[in-house]
Amino acid sequence: MSLSASSLTTLRRQLTSGETSAREIVEDVIAQVSSRDTEVGAFLSFDPEAALAEADQADLSLPLGGLPIGIKDNINVAGQPCTCASQFLKGAYTAPYDATAITHLRAAGAIPFGRTNLDEFAMGSSTENSALQTTQNPAAPGHIPGGSSGGSAAAVAADLIPATLGSDTGGSIRQPASHCGVVGLKPSYGRVSRYGLVAFGSSLDQIGPLTRTVEDAALLLNALAGHDPRDSTSLTNPVPDYTAGIEDGVSGMKLGLPREYFTDGISPLVRERVESAAKTLEGLGAELVEISLPHTEYAVGTYYIIAPAEASSNLSRFDGVRYGNRSENPAEMLSLYKDSREAGFGPEVKRRIILGTYVLSSGYYDAYYLRAQKVRTLIRRDFEQAFEAVDAILTPVAPEPAPKMGDASGDPLKHYLADIFTLSANLAGNCGISVPLEPVGGLPVGLQILGPHLGEQTILRCARAVEASRQS
Amino acid sequence: MADPHIDVRYVANLARINLTDEEVTRYGSQLEEIMGYIEKLSEVDIEGIEPTAHAYALVNRVREDVPVESLPPSGLLQNAPDQANGQLRVPKVVDA
Repeated sequence: MSLSASSLTTLRRQLTSGETSAREIVEDVIAQVSSRDTEVGAFLSFDPEAALAEADQADLSLPLGGLPIGIKDNINVAGQPCTCASQFLKGAYTAPYDATAITHLRAAGAIPFGRTNLDEFAMGSSTENSALQTTQNPAAPGHIPGGSSGGSAAAVAADLIPATLGSDTGGSIRQPASHCGVVGLKPSYGRVSRYGLVAFGSSLDQIGPLTRTVEDAALLLNALAGHDPRDSTSLTNPVPDYTAGIEDGVSGMKLGLPREYFTDGISPLVRERVESAAKTLEGLGAELVEISLPHTEYAVGTYYIIAPAEASSNLSRFDGVRYGNRSENPAEMLSLYKDSREAGFGPEVKRRIILGTYVLSSGYYDAYYLRAQKVRTLIRRDFEQAFEAVDAILTPVAPEPAPKMGDASGDPLKHYLADIFTLSANLAGNCGISVPLEPVGGLPVGLQILGPHLGEQTILRCARAVEASRQS
Repeated sequence: MADPHIDVRYVANLARINLTDEEVTRYGSQLEEIMGYIEKLSEVDIEGIEPTAHAYALVNRVREDVPVESLPPSGLLQNAPDQANGQLRVPKVVDA
C-alpha cells in the first residue's frame, strides 16, 4: 500500500519507528496527485516546494508531526490561493493569514497540502457548482462525489492523501463522505473556530475532517477543537482526547431511529443498509429505540430561508473593492459592484444571493426569516427531547447513493430536497458523522450518526463500532 | 405568508448583481418554485415560540481591551484590485 493510501494512525507509527520520513510521505502525495489527479480532479492546486520544505522541518514528536492534510479551498492558508472554486477569486487572491484551524493543525505538526475542489462558495451538494473544475467520484466515475466538500472526499477516497479538511453548512462534509466511502465528521457548532473559513451561513458553518478511519477523524478533531478569541461563537469547553474510549463499544448505548427519516423517499437499498447497520449495533449490545422528530418535514424549508439569507449578507463582502476580480474600467461605484458580481459569481451563488436578499427584504422579513428562525427553535427542541431518551441517532446520510453527473441540473429544488437528512444537525447545532457501510451496486453508502451538542465522543465510539464490525 | 411572486430584477438590484433577461426569467421561475415549497412553513404553529438566531445560546465574550498584532497595511492591500498611496482606489464617489 502506498503511503498516501495509509491512515494517519499507521503513518504516525511508521514515522515514530523510523520506517518512513515526513519527506517520503509528502513526496508520495505529490507523486500520487501529479500522476492520478488528472482523472479525479480533487485538487485545484498544490505547492510541492512549500510542502517539502515543511516536511523537512516537521517535528515528529507532535501528534500530527509530518502528516500532510488536504485543505478545502475555502479555508485560508497563508501564501496560498483561496478561490472558493469561484471566478471571483481565481488568480486574484492570496491568503494573507492562516485560518485558526490551520494554525491548530500546524501547532500539532501537520502540513497543510494543496487546495481541494468544492461547489462554488460551498453552495451545493455535488461539486458540480465549482466554476473551476469537475471532480469525479473515485468509487464510481461518471457519478458525482457529493458536495460541497467533494474534492476533500474524493482526494481521500482516491488514495491521493491520508486526510483532508472540509466545511459543513448543511451536510457538506457528511454527504460527500457517504458518496465517496470515507469517514466525515461535522463537529458541534462552536467546537472548531471558523476564523479564516470563508463564511457562508454563519449560524450553521463548521470545519471538520474527512478521513479513512474513525480514529483518524478523532485524531484530527483533537487538533482542530478549542476556543479561539477570533471567533466569538467558539466554545471554551475543555477539549477531551477524542481518541480515548473509541474502542469501548456500544454495549448499553441507546440509539434512536427517527421514524420521519425512514420513509418512501429513500432508496430501498440505502434503507436496508442503514437498518442492517442498526441491527449489527443491536447485536453488539446497543438498544434500538424508535423516536420521533416531528418537525423534520419543515427542515429543508427552514434551511433554505436561513442559509441563503446569511449567505446574501456574508457574500456582500465580494464587491470588487478590497480583493477578487474587479470589472474592467468601471464608470462609477454602483456599476463596479454590479458588474464585478455579475462576472464573478456562478448561477447557484447568484440564485442563493437573490433568494436570501428576497427573504430579508422589507415587508418579507417577518413572513420568511423570522418565521424560519422560530421553526428552527422547534427543530432544535425535537432533538433536545430525543437526546433525553437516546445517546445517539442513526439515519441515512442521503436518500440515494451518488447520482450520475448532471442528473439534477436545472432543478435546484431537487438538489435541496436531497439534503433532508443532514441539514437538521446544522440547524440544531449538533454533531454528526458519516461512516461507510457496504456499497450498493458498487456505490458507497454511509451511515449517519447524530449526537447531541458536544457529543463527539459518543458518535465516534458508535462509528468505530460500525467500522470494526465491517473489518471483522 | 407573502405572495411568492418575486420581482427578480428589483431584488438583484438590492443584491448589487446585474442579470441578463434570460437569467431574470430562469431565476424567476426557479425561485417561485422554491418559495412555493417554502410556503409549507406557514402550516407550523409558531405562536409564542422564540426565534433561534444561533444553534446555541451564547453571550458576547469580550476580550481584554489591549492592542494585539494584526495584519500590516501591506497584507490588507496585497489582494486589492487597484490601490494608490497605501489605499484602495475606486471610481470617484462624490462630486467636488
